[in-house]
Amino acid sequence: MTSNLRWKVIAILVVVALAVAAFYPPKDKVKLGLDLKGGVHLVLRVQTDDALKLETETSAERLRDELSRQGVSIGAVTPQDVRSFRVDGVPGDRDADFRRIADEWVGQVFDRASGVGGSYTFTLKSAQITRLRQEAVAQALQTIERRVNELGVAEPIVAPHGDGDQILVQMPGVTDVARAKEIIRSTALLELKIVEDGPAPTREALLAARGGQVPPDLEIVPGAAEAGNAQGTGPVYYLVKRVAGITGRDLRNARPSLDENNQPAVGFSLNQQGADKFSQLTAQNIGRQLAIILDGRVQSAPTIEGRIYDQGRISGSFTQQEVQDLSLTLRSGALPASLTYLEERTVGPSLGADSIRAGVMASLIGLGFVTLFMLAYYKLTGFNALLSISLNLLILLGFMAYIGAVMTLPGIAGFILTIGMGVDSNVLIFERIKEEMGSGKSARAAVAAGFDRVFLTILDTHVASLISAAFLFQFGTGPIRGFATTLFFGLLSNVFTAVFVSRTLFELILSRRPQAAKLSI
Amino acid sequence: MDLFSNANYNFTKWRWHAIAFSALIVVLGLVQIARNGLPLGIDFSGGTIVVLKFQQPTSEEVVRKALDRIPGEKVVQQYGAASANEVLIRLPQAQATEQGTSLEQGARQVVDAVRAANIGAFEPISTEIVGPVIGKDLQRKGVYATLASILGITLYIAFRFRLSFAVGAIAATLHDVIVTLAVLTFFGYELSLNIIAAILTITGYSVNDTIVIFDRVRENFRTMRGASLESQVNTAVNQTLSRTIITAGTTFLSVLALYIFGGEVLEGFAFTMLVGIISGTYSTVFIASAIAIMLSKNETTPVAPAAPARAAGDRPRRRERRNA
Repeated sequence: MTSNLRWKVIAILVVVALAVAAFYPPKDKVKLGLDLKGGVHLVLRVQTDDALKLETETSAERLRDELSRQGVSIGAVTPQDVRSFRVDGVPGDRDADFRRIADEWVGQVFDRASGVGGSYTFTLKSAQITRLRQEAVAQALQTIERRVNELGVAEPIVAPHGDGDQILVQMPGVTDVARAKEIIRSTALLELKIVEDGPAPTREALLAARGGQVPPDLEIVPGAAEAGNAQGTGPVYYLVKRVAGITGRDLRNARPSLDENNQPAVGFSLNQQGADKFSQLTAQNIGRQLAIILDGRVQSAPTIEGRIYDQGRISGSFTQQEVQDLSLTLRSGALPASLTYLEERTVGPSLGADSIRAGVMASLIGLGFVTLFMLAYYKLTGFNALLSISLNLLILLGFMAYIGAVMTLPGIAGFILTIGMGVDSNVLIFERIKEEMGSGKSARAAVAAGFDRVFLTILDTHVASLISAAFLFQFGTGPIRGFATTLFFGLLSNVFTAVFVSRTLFELILSRRPQAAKLSI
Repeated sequence: MDLFSNANYNFTKWRWHAIAFSALIVVLGLVQIARNGLPLGIDFSGGTIVVLKFQQPTSEEVVRKALDRIPGEKVVQQYGAASANEVLIRLPQAQATEQGTSLEQGARQVVDAVRAANIGAFEPISTEIVGPVIGKDLQRKGVYATLASILGITLYIAFRFRLSFAVGAIAATLHDVIVTLAVLTFFGYELSLNIIAAILTITGYSVNDTIVIFDRVRENFRTMRGASLESQVNTAVNQTLSRTIITAGTTFLSVLALYIFGGEVLEGFAFTMLVGIISGTYSTVFIASAIAIMLSKNETTPVAPAAPARAAGDRPRRRERRNA
């Protein structure tokens, strides 16, 4: 063996060792997609308009508060759509003050346009709209991730998907789809607000006491009958402060507990900041009702009997399961925007197992065909092809494991195409060697000429396929990307195995009998 | 063992017949597609598919009856082997508004209706619900991906060989795509992402085959300087014939195994590949080079390579000296 040849063999062995190390043990290293393993695949859209609306409403609120604090009395502040609000009735003599305060408090986020007669329209700046939308998606992503992790799903995927506002969630092995979806989707926006009036059976009853109008700092929130500890069965309504004393952001923890009647309830504790606010709020409002509002619905409205520091409880007519799920969603934080489902796929574990078994069996039978043919047609040289194809698959498997790619059915298709390309490259080379030997060359010269002449053809076919794989990856989605990834790396490793490894094998064989005139081909 | 070791069939002589035959097939295919529309599966059209596995053998008829109370169009068919007792139920994209729960309503209705009909114990083994937004998205991206990859390959072949060759290769590829789609339509397969992956795979094969022949043509420019383009191409096709047949044959056998033993999920994929391999091999031998010859006649640049490079398409020929 020449030293040149020795180095080639060493290089090949190193690559093989790396590949094996990368995917061994295969059970841990090779991740199976949901189509093979079973589980739930969801695509959700974040309704980012919600985040804009929240920003617009709270900014309008802040501006109004600040104006009244500084003694600028204005007519009305009315939200227009999700991205703008209007201020009417700014007195002419306070116009300059109004502009100064407005620019100071909301000027960074809103563009101000003046209309006639002391009216102003504030519209979210487009850069802010982009930022708010991105933040809403990023926050939703984090929140969903926490929730999925708390559900105890092994190896979930929570990732941005498609064009900006979509999120992909994959939960292998999850069987209770409805519950998982509910937990992911529930907004879990907790607000504690002081009750001004109620409960009342209708909105009108609450309005009647106030001349038919909701005062600007209050709002009407519906609640379940039980929430008022009333005997009635219908819905009830509360008139509460618009600004929440405590929100889900002040939470430190939430866990299942029991209420005074031993019914399932959710106990929560507040963080330092929340506890400060809570003790102040409760101390100032002893004897009044505190509405515990979850996702815009009053769950209960207990009377404050004394100062409370950092503990509270949400009771209602909950089941044990609901209490657990609610604690989970509260712990993971509120979603910044609501979600809608765009796509859902569930694959039962047995169906997944069936398709793996069938796919593997079919691949083995196919590989068997190829093996038989290559040995029958190319005799001993057929072993070269088989070795280089097997090595190709090994390297590809190692690479897929290394980059953490997920095996799916289209991925298996990529493997099959890789086998096809491997067979093709070998056949190209062998046929050329035969041709060269037919024209009277010695075995050594024929092998050299065969590899040399076919190399550029192999390069051409592979580059063309690589280009196509790259475009598929760039423009394709989900499964098509999986296919493109497998194909791309399969092609790269095929150039190595079909050209370099196979040639080294020939050289190894020929190095033992350099004068050979014939090859078993 | 040798197949076609000294093959000398006159393929190029038949090129006009082949082009006419293919044109006919492509037109028939397009008519077939135009008349029935592309059978978009739920990946692209949106909709709901539920697969139920019954404990006892249950006929499609019984299941269909159980679903009578659900309004609208429904498809009920046996899924997989008869012994598996699995039934696939498909609802088209109904008035689903994508608002949270309503997307899953179809699937739940199906399960509820079958349960209410009391026709035996079952469990849902898979559910797929695709909203209209996703379906459109996938359609758009699938088309982009396919077009971009075909364009990329065209540019590469035009750069490495010459434009007429690139056009020949792409015509052959499009031919394969249309023929495959038409056959799929004819046999009632629906387009899914897996089938798109299969179609992309066969375009890969087809282009591959074509490049191998073109490479050989280019190599023959040197040794067959005086010969006509027809005979140069014909020689190249014959010289690579055993390789073409062997590669196509082994791939066909592997995919046949996938078709027979791969189970329901892989069946559509494998079928597409089988059709594509046959079409791809034919188009490589008969169509790609025939069109390249036809278009080369109209090009002003002579095919003989001795002259120095005159156009971008000629440039790669210089590297042939490596082979000398």
